Amino acid sequence: MKGRVLVVDDDLALAEMLGIVLRGEGFEPSFVHDGDKALEAFRETRPDLVLLDLMLPGADGIDVCRQIRAESGVPIVMLTAKSDTVDVVLGLESGADDYIVKPFKPKELVARMRARLRRTEEPAPETLQIGDITIDVAGHSVKRGDKTIPLTPLEFDLLVALARKPRQVFTREVLLEQVWGYRHAADTRLVNVHVQRLRAKIEKDPEHPEIVVTVRGVGYKAGPA
Amino acid sequence: MTVKPDDDGPRPARTRGALGPVTRARDRLRPSGGRRPGAGNRIPGLVSAPVRTAGPRVVAGLRAHRLQRLRRFARRALGALKRFLRRWVLRFYTRWRRSIQLRVVTSTLLISTVVVAILGVFLMEQITTALLNGKEKSALLQLEEGMGILERELSPANVSEVTLNDVTNQLKARSGPSGLYEVYVRDTRDEYRDGYTTNDVLAESVPERLRRQVREDPVGTQHSTYSEIVYIGRESVPGLVVGAGDGRYELYYLFPLTQEQQTLTTVGNTLLAVSVVLLVLLAAIASVVTRQVVIPVRLAAQAAERLAAGRLEERMKVRGEDDLARLAASFNDMAGNLQEKIVELEELSQVQRQFVSDVSHELRTPLTTIRIAADMLYAHREQFSDPAVGRSAELLQSQLERFEALLADLLEISRHDAGAATLDAESVDVRDLVLRAVGDTEGLAERKGSKLVLQLPGEPCMAEVDRRRVERILRNLLVNAIEHGEGKDIVVSVAADRDAVAMAVRDHGVGLKPGQAQQVFERFWRADPARARTTGGTGLGLAIAKEDAQLHGGWLQAWGEPGKGSQFRLSLPRVAGAELRGSPLPLVPPEIDLPRASFGGRTAPDAPDSQPSATDPAPESPVPKPRSGAQDPQPAPVPADARADEDAGAAGAEAGVGETGGPAGDGEPRPQGAQPAREDGR
Repeated sequence: MKGRVLVVDDDLALAEMLGIVLRGEGFEPSFVHDGDKALEAFRETRPDLVLLDLMLPGADGIDVCRQIRAESGVPIVMLTAKSDTVDVVLGLESGADDYIVKPFKPKELVARMRARLRRTEEPAPETLQIGDITIDVAGHSVKRGDKTIPLTPLEFDLLVALARKPRQVFTREVLLEQVWGYRHAADTRLVNVHVQRLRAKIEKDPEHPEIVVTVRGVGYKAGPA
Repeated sequence: MTVKPDDDGPRPARTRGALGPVTRARDRLRPSGGRRPGAGNRIPGLVSAPVRTAGPRVVAGLRAHRLQRLRRFARRALGALKRFLRRWVLRFYTRWRRSIQLRVVTSTLLISTVVVAILGVFLMEQITTALLNGKEKSALLQLEEGMGILERELSPANVSEVTLNDVTNQLKARSGPSGLYEVYVRDTRDEYRDGYTTNDVLAESVPERLRRQVREDPVGTQHSTYSEIVYIGRESVPGLVVGAGDGRYELYYLFPLTQEQQTLTTVGNTLLAVSVVLLVLLAAIASVVTRQVVIPVRLAAQAAERLAAGRLEERMKVRGEDDLARLAASFNDMAGNLQEKIVELEELSQVQRQFVSDVSHELRTPLTTIRIAADMLYAHREQFSDPAVGRSAELLQSQLERFEALLADLLEISRHDAGAATLDAESVDVRDLVLRAVGDTEGLAERKGSKLVLQLPGEPCMAEVDRRRVERILRNLLVNAIEHGEGKDIVVSVAADRDAVAMAVRDHGVGLKPGQAQQVFERFWRADPARARTTGGTGLGLAIAKEDAQLHGGWLQAWGEPGKGSQFRLSLPRVAGAELRGSPLPLVPPEIDLPRASFGGRTAPDAPDSQPSATDPAPESPVPKPRSGAQDPQPAPVPADARADEDAGAAGAEAGVGETGGPAGDGEPRPQGAQPAREDGR
């Protein structure tokens, strides 16, 4: 399995500790301790996953996240000391796929990372149609007519999860389990933020979504209301 | 006491004139009482008398009926008038009380009106007197002159034959073309003719009293009086009559006072006009002067109000160096000092909060490293050759967990203290939250030997709550119950009514001593300091739970009795931000009050009506939710009962409720029907 991980963290002890854990789990970690050098390091190492500390010297985690997201859909997991809504939502909106609050258990971190990496290993020739959107599951592409819509792997997974069972309402908890791989209930803000990001890309009018529809009080579903 | 029955009889008879017809008329209007007008069943005391006199009273009643209607109409009209007047008086009184300006202007107006009136009357008096005195003086001069002429012309020495009429005309001619006066001459010896008058003046214009004076007083004395001058074919006018006699002839001059009257009227009108203008001016001046004082005072009041409302930068304008300027200056000084202090305190607490927050966050990164390292050591603890090192790794691991929990709780409570906690409300079924919290704590309960018993209603209990916080509250309550439940069953119940949802966690452990029901929510409070901390709670769990409940506008209350266990009840409004008035669940578990309920009455459904409504903080009718007929686990008595319970709970007597024989308990006959019915539903 692919296992190159870029750890962006200014705390040397934590980075080293993370390195020990990641190597123990069979990953190939590389490190960068400065936000300004993160993008450079990212381009060099082309990792399969980025572990990103939200509070960094130089460019902070949010900026780094945006920079990386601007050129790649690679899974990004944020490490944050703050679990306040504002910080978390800001991080997720800047493009992170998932976040984990310090202090965390190493097993939990590894589980999250694997959940983010796992999806890249399941090719199944399948084509889905939702509204005027065509999804090629094996080819990882989403098209409206001839126009390809670029999605991050996570957004792609979210859309596929919804599109496989059109008209079925998914609660946020179910989506968390299917897309993020959470067994236990976690932060439903993850779902809210990523649905919004997804809508911004695939909906004609994100204010009046037609592909990913909110079902008030329950969750989301794919397809016309 | 023995007199009373005798007393009761006559009294209705005596008062019938006033009261009887009213009662009867009303009775006739009522559909049920109409058939028996004499029944008088509205006032028990009247029963005996009406029965005795039923026959004549019907006739009298009919006659009295019309009179009664008229009287009632008059009374109603009077009442309306009174109300109207009272409203106006009240309105004026309110303005009077609130406005210094109005009071000053009104007083000025009243006082100056009195002063001006007195001055005006005095002035008019003076002018009138002066005017009439002058007139009288000139009249008497005229009379003297006239007497001279009369004597000269009519003296026997005069050779020419002059008639009295000629003299009269001659005298009149002297008054000039404008006719200042009229003349009346009378020859006392002429018995046939009552003297001669000029123009159309009638002789009776000269009053009898004056004639008598002239006749009786010595010759040459002059007399004067005011009288009406009567003309033939003309309106009479007020006038001054002067007269004198020489024994034979009497001469009277009649001066019409028309001119003087006009003058006086003009002067009076002028005076009145001037007074009114003066009064208006005075009122205006008073108004302006008070305004000068009142406006700065009002501005000061407004500024103070704004300052009190939190606009600390509010200041007054200082103009000049007078007293008002000093008021403004000292107000500004006060505001400045206040602002300085408040800002200082705010900054201080901001710094402190920031510090706590920063410390917590700064601690987290090294703690993560420690945590991972400890995990590593723990995972390989069997590989250490020394068993003590392995055990150390285990201790490190477990205490790190506690440390983390403590840190998380500290951070949470500092967030509440800082007011940074926000409510992330969404509509959820609270039963799901309960199930989740129960799922999270089931393992712990199993280890402690407690069984978690659920009493959930059959239908969804939707409420707008922050699921994370409510789940945390429930988890805290459950962990707390498990910790103190001594391995006995823990009952978790949920109920909902129209406005609120409630969740209660009941344990059958050691319970709470009186007074502890409040203390449990204090930070780091332990029921028994000597007791070993078995589950390693942080001591902040219930404090955070209480904060979370308050953030929802809800209540978190505890009940407990030594040996009988305790119950924690969380009540939340269904709509975020709504005010919570009552809870659908009783704070005291029903079975505790069950013995008392058995004598409290069989009529459980009536209980809500017969509750002492005076102390009921929830005025709305305790309507049972008619959502799902037979499935409905909450029959009418349950919410009503819960409300009644609120009487005791809301009165801040949470601890007192615990005392079984307490007065708070007596006020609420717990309907025993509630409990079985509730259990049926489940």
